[in-house]
Amino acid sequence: MDCIELVELVTDYLEGTLPQADCNRFEAHLRDCPYCDEYLRQMRATLFALGRIPAESVSAAAQVRLLLAFRNWKRD
Amino acid sequence: MTVRRETNNEENLVARLREGDEAAFTALVDRYHGTMLRVARGFVRERAAAEEVVQDAWMGVLKGLASFEGRSSLQSWIFAIVVNRAKTKAVREARSTPFSALAAQEASGRQPSVDPGSFRGDDMEWPGHWAEPPRPWAENPEARLLQGETMAHIERMLEALPPAQRSVITLRDFAGYDAQAICNALGISETNMRVLLHRARSKVRGQLEQYFAESPESSD
Repeated sequence: MDCIELVELVTDYLEGTLPQADCNRFEAHLRDCPYCDEYLRQMRATLFALGRIPAESVSAAAQVRLLLAFRNWKRD
Repeated sequence: MTVRRETNNEENLVARLREGDEAAFTALVDRYHGTMLRVARGFVRERAAAEEVVQDAWMGVLKGLASFEGRSSLQSWIFAIVVNRAKTKAVREARSTPFSALAAQEASGRQPSVDPGSFRGDDMEWPGHWAEPPRPWAENPEARLLQGETMAHIERMLEALPPAQRSVITLRDFAGYDAQAICNALGISETNMRVLLHRARSKVRGQLEQYFAESPESSD
């Protein structure tokens, strides 16, 4: 497996959908290639960050609107 | 946020909502609204339009509360409503191109994850290997990534992604949906889903690499 091939298989590898034979070749390449190892590490760090994007803040106007909607709903 | 079942006190919460308990509703809004907005923005770029989607989703929640049977967790149910409304809005914004067509279009053709110029050509020794290897990130990339400035940058990267890629990466990597749930919610094939996810992730990684190379460490 070449580096140019490996970067296209990273998602399948991380998602656990890479067939076992390819998975073995993927990991064998990583053991010999510090650059691809770095690439994979960066991809993992990217996913770490994406999972920690702060939620949007709730505007006061939206809060009021929703509470009013809830009161209306309650009356129905 | 991860879509997982939280049955603790959920029946109790649903009962309180049905009775019109305002404190219970406010707590629910506090808990989910911000995340719902973020998910909606995975589909519609404009904050105002996303606000509208989420507002509309809450109306759907209130409407459906009486018949909510608890077959999925309250959280999954609420987010299914958000995704559904957001998707409808996204399709409308894309001049009614069905989401599956949008996805197929964005997943088609060849799109290398890394600039082919970063690899050695066929006429060189070690063809297909790195010519310009990835530039290492900060000493402690996790800490750097969590800084507000980096996060704001990542949000802008997401906004710049093509719509279907943005939706898929938001659901998978931000909201923690599994692959099957995304395919079901968006009506796309697993193959297309994975290609979109791969393209989106590869772009964000590439842009983060560039960001780290260009902006020195700051003490945020």
